[in-house]
Amino acid sequence: MFEPATEQHLSEAIRDASGPLKIRGGGTRPLGNPVTGEVLSTAKLSGISLYEPGALTIVAQAGTPLAEIEAALAKENQRLPFEPMDHRDMLGTQGTPTIGGVVAANIAGPRRIQAGSCRDSLIGVRFVDGAGETIKNGGRVMKNVTGYDLVKLMAGSYGTLGVISEVSFKLLPGIAASATICVEGRSPEQAVAIMARVLGSPFEVSGAAFGGGRVLFRIEGFAQSIAYRSAQLETLLSDYGAVGVETDPDKTREIWSNIANVAAFHDTPGDLWRISVKPSDAPALVAELGMAQTMLDWGGGLIWALTEPGTDLRAVAPEIKGHRTLMRADDATKAKLGTFHPEPGLAAINQGLRAKFDPRGILNPGLMG
Amino acid sequence: MEMPAPDAAVLAKKALLVERLTAVLPADAVIHEERELKVYECDALTAYKCPPLCAVLPASTQEVAAVLKICHDMDVPVVPRGSGTSLAGGALPTADSVILGVAKMNDVLETNYDDRYIRVQTGRTNLSVTGAVEEQDFFYAPDPSSQLACAIAGNIAMNSGGAHCLKYGVTTNNLLGVKMVQMDGTVIEVGGAHLDAAGYDLLGLICGSEGQLGVVTEATLRILRKPEGARPVLMGFDSNEVAGACVSDIIKAGVLPVAIEFMDRPVIRATEAFAGAGYPDCEALLIVEVEGSEAEIDEQLGLILQIARKHDPVELRESTSAEESARIWLGRKSAFGAMGQINDYMCLDGTIPVSSLPMVLRRIGELSKQYGLDVGNVFHAGDGNMHPLILFDANKEGDLELCEAMGADILRLCVEAGGCLTGEHGVGIEKRDLMVAQFEPQDLEIQMKVKDVFDPKWLLNPAKVFPLASSESRRAA
Repeated sequence: MFEPATEQHLSEAIRDASGPLKIRGGGTRPLGNPVTGEVLSTAKLSGISLYEPGALTIVAQAGTPLAEIEAALAKENQRLPFEPMDHRDMLGTQGTPTIGGVVAANIAGPRRIQAGSCRDSLIGVRFVDGAGETIKNGGRVMKNVTGYDLVKLMAGSYGTLGVISEVSFKLLPGIAASATICVEGRSPEQAVAIMARVLGSPFEVSGAAFGGGRVLFRIEGFAQSIAYRSAQLETLLSDYGAVGVETDPDKTREIWSNIANVAAFHDTPGDLWRISVKPSDAPALVAELGMAQTMLDWGGGLIWALTEPGTDLRAVAPEIKGHRTLMRADDATKAKLGTFHPEPGLAAINQGLRAKFDPRGILNPGLMG
Repeated sequence: MEMPAPDAAVLAKKALLVERLTAVLPADAVIHEERELKVYECDALTAYKCPPLCAVLPASTQEVAAVLKICHDMDVPVVPRGSGTSLAGGALPTADSVILGVAKMNDVLETNYDDRYIRVQTGRTNLSVTGAVEEQDFFYAPDPSSQLACAIAGNIAMNSGGAHCLKYGVTTNNLLGVKMVQMDGTVIEVGGAHLDAAGYDLLGLICGSEGQLGVVTEATLRILRKPEGARPVLMGFDSNEVAGACVSDIIKAGVLPVAIEFMDRPVIRATEAFAGAGYPDCEALLIVEVEGSEAEIDEQLGLILQIARKHDPVELRESTSAEESARIWLGRKSAFGAMGQINDYMCLDGTIPVSSLPMVLRRIGELSKQYGLDVGNVFHAGDGNMHPLILFDANKEGDLELCEAMGADILRLCVEAGGCLTGEHGVGIEKRDLMVAQFEPQDLEIQMKVKDVFDPKWLLNPAKVFPLASSESRRAA
């Protein structure tokens, strides 16, 4: 195993590698097709390099534990905007999630609908490509259009274009108050319609999810604003029956942490799929999925589906656009179906980029298909 | 600004090229008379002009594909053009290139309020995207100053920002999908009405690639419900340092205004003379705007005013009516016009960490004295995106060159301070040769390899973004 402690050593390890490398951050998100190769860990590339609360920006080395970053931000009443989910309980992994892993897999959470994904807050990266070249793109300022945006390209590239050594983010102020508003006893179709109505309101909802017949909304902000928006949403939702309001911030945190981490499907047997669709397509797809158990996030734009092992969900209603990722399954199913949804029209470009960034094909070969 | 010598072989093919283009487009969509081509000889960076070989105005994705295929087969460079409002020379032609204007393609293809997106042809102007949805109280968030004229195609090419991006992000954060034609005529679709991409984030790569990877003909854009209200407050300070510290304290306090705009004394005086917005005569002025219901606005502004008072403002003016709000914004919105009344100006676009604001403003003042050219500063302070306006006289021998040299020094200063050359305008030709101040050779090389994948012949928007010396071997190949 390689465990470089400096970017220089990371570069040498890749340059001198004689075979495939399996890139690892904290090892808590073993997503993608299985990779064989010598492990290259970023765990020792750790530490916050720069944090400027007054500029709402932070720079950290890739192996920095996410918890360390979140703690540093909390001290200044700030936060990462995109609420990265934790995959440990879902995938049965242990270890410490790293910020580099969050970027490599472009992780987000329920707040995706309001604040975007990891890639939307990521403002700079440093990485080492497959030839061992150390490259920077973006920087540590919020607005930057200098040259091509490789920052976005690196987010969600799962270590197949380069090994990320350092990342920069723009931040948001912390949350003073929050509340959860819920409507019970709804079908997926009704739920998506209700969520569309609320997301189309001016009340700045930062979470819209549906599971077990309950539609849930989250609002966040200053105390008076929460009181105001909560009342407005109650009025708006009164057409749909009884409206529940949870004002205990700890309860709201717990509810949305469970939604983010898909707690409902943690200790359940079966394969787990993550499906990204146009929200209004969700009810039809959920109906087509038949026996699968489902949970909706992002106003219906994200479907989590628990299926019988070995089911190919991509074969179900393929005319519904979007993509379907196999998150949890045994290796045989993963090998058969592949983790990621192939995009035939873009294969040439994706392969072309990979060939340029990693000419020897040694970085996580085969992970993305 | 040096541009590569036109390729004589391409110039010699003009007649055949026009003939082939006319075969796939209506006759009035192919412009080749010298007199008519003058319209396309420059964009909003008017210091540089060069008429193209010809210009085409296709009306559909299929026509764009047909044009690109012809140019690809004939090895003719193509310069895509939205509305031609680039301040960086992003749409400046070369003498051996075809201008491909998307202005005829300005239809709304689909609006979907349940899923909160709009699909448009990219020749549509930024403001008319909002125009198409505002009856339903929705809007498209990125709002570059040129939004009345600029096209979505150019917004995507340059990843345009605007005054309100502190809260809503820039183009790339509001773009859900594109239909794009590659240089060889291949049409691809990336993203769509769903969130996130499968595979690599090509959408993020395409946005901001300055028209060098393909011609985007359709875009799916996120639309948002309008806030219930918005209210600005105006603050005057005795020094730039204090104003900068106030910005930093507001951000640290946990409020996120939708905009924080900064103007220094030269700009305040120019706008007062021009627009008479009633600004105080002080060193630095901030306009801070927040959104929400009346009660939410009161709560946020209360906190902001409390912070501002700690910095001994010489003026603190909260708007109490729509009319007062308009007056507070009036000066800021007319700042560029006001500076233009004084003299010609060059508008820079470097971004710096907000913490470096006082230092950078002080150094810009020193450079102004050293070069003997006046500078006004007006910019988006919340995100550190500066817009120094250097005044010069285009009719005075050597003044443009002096101004460019000073501009380059300011941009190098932005990079030294931890920032970048351009926050929202793009590199174009203007900052092309300064890229070496921000990037190491390998940083540029990997970006050029991306272009190799999308446009192996390097025909799209030539001689932009990369320093000529860096891209020479590829362009010559």
